[in-house]
Amino acid sequence: MTDETLIGPGFADPVFQSQGAFRAILAALAEPGTRQAVTEGLTPPNGLHAAAATALLTLADYETPIWLPPALRDGAAGAWLRFHCGAALVAEPGRAAFAVIDGLASAPALADFDAGTDQFPDRSATVIVQCAALEGGEAVTLSGPGIPGTRTIAPAGLRDSFWAEVAANSEAYPLGIDLLLCHADALFGLPRSTRIEGAF
Amino acid sequence: MTLHTPVTQDAAQPAYNYAYLDEQTKRMIRRALLKAVAVPGYQVPFGSREMPLARGWGTGGIQITAAIIGPQDRLKVIDQGADDTTNAVSIRRFFEKTANAKTTEATDEATIIQTRHRIPEAPLQAGQIMVYQVPQPEPLRKLEPREAETRKMHAWAEYGLMQVKLYENIARFGEVTTTYDYPVLINGRYIMAPSPIPKFDNPKMHMSPALQLFGAGREKRIYALPPHTSVKSLDFDDHPFRIQSWNEPCALCAAADSYLDEVVIDDQGKRMFVCSDSHFCETRREDGHRGAMLADATSSGLVGESKL
Repeated sequence: MTDETLIGPGFADPVFQSQGAFRAILAALAEPGTRQAVTEGLTPPNGLHAAAATALLTLADYETPIWLPPALRDGAAGAWLRFHCGAALVAEPGRAAFAVIDGLASAPALADFDAGTDQFPDRSATVIVQCAALEGGEAVTLSGPGIPGTRTIAPAGLRDSFWAEVAANSEAYPLGIDLLLCHADALFGLPRSTRIEGAF
Repeated sequence: MTLHTPVTQDAAQPAYNYAYLDEQTKRMIRRALLKAVAVPGYQVPFGSREMPLARGWGTGGIQITAAIIGPQDRLKVIDQGADDTTNAVSIRRFFEKTANAKTTEATDEATIIQTRHRIPEAPLQAGQIMVYQVPQPEPLRKLEPREAETRKMHAWAEYGLMQVKLYENIARFGEVTTTYDYPVLINGRYIMAPSPIPKFDNPKMHMSPALQLFGAGREKRIYALPPHTSVKSLDFDDHPFRIQSWNEPCALCAAADSYLDEVVIDDQGKRMFVCSDSHFCETRREDGHRGAMLADATSSGLVGESKL
């Protein structure tokens, strides 16, 4: 057995680690732009940040197909998620309930993911964006539910068209995908209800 | 042959998962909660489970609390504002038993407040989570019984019917006669049922610093209000929304700004008005506020000496 196919452990204490992680994700989406740290103690597989791996382990299971970049899907991360979540890994972004994308990758576009339907906007995808850092990048101003006035975030390592795509996503409200921007064990939530302003 | 094998005390203890629900159910509820938070006021369908109490007794709120509660939380449960009524006591005991939950009656100490039909008088704080028990999540249901139709009305924001209902109320009675479960518009998009809280509590939802989650177990819906979200009670320019007011303050603690319940105290038609929020009223009495009937209520045993 090579390192590529060796599957590392998941949560040591699934009940409380997933509860703690869920509360961090809930706070992130309820108060967009606040930095939340997920519970420590998880060694993510190659290619996934700890926050992305923890979020998927907390939320994904056999009911939620996951889209991963092909390199991750065929590697250790894909095997790890198949084993621990029992989730199907799909090749078309439009079929996924959860997805992990790299902030700098040019494809797939955010519009390729399922934005829900007008009668069931909850059936949209949740996309986890892995960034180079959660600060030091281009600053954007957030407003909307969960934000008293405005908040500013500046995650680094995102493709040039990223914020324009996020702004287009929130234009379609109440349709749209919800985003989690993560690096290492921290994340920002960016639900579709958040309006974005910046120099993009 | 022995038909009955005696079961030892240890083996008879039920082996529940933490907070009663299994982990897959919690994941399903957690996913629904995240989508509900992302689309404030929209009702997310979820697979409501059978709970060890009847539907309609708060199973929606219990399932939400079970999916979010952890060892760091301190839980407060109220029923019509009171910490000591049947529904509140049994739900509090349920979580003490299944989740070893720390509980409190103090609003400012609680991290999770599960409620039936009231919002506490003490202002909610950032970081607190309100969990509402909702009997009927669909504000349009009495106007349009078909789910397929109400779903389209929400999808296309066709809310004229609700305005017509309020208008007919005014045309017939001179004012909107809805006093509880008063419909609200969330974030300028979805009309939402605030659960049967008195309309007195509606303004507390607007831009509240706390996260508010709503669970309807029998109707299988979850919806949510993130903090700092606009909540507008529906009204007309010439008939603005008004909350209830009373002619007299609370008979026990003299509060003039809280929601009062009418209590019949004898068979001669005597009655008094007291705060519905029991913890708020007790705190005020401990601080030395004395209402007009506090002495009578104490001598007749309606209010305990220790609460003075």
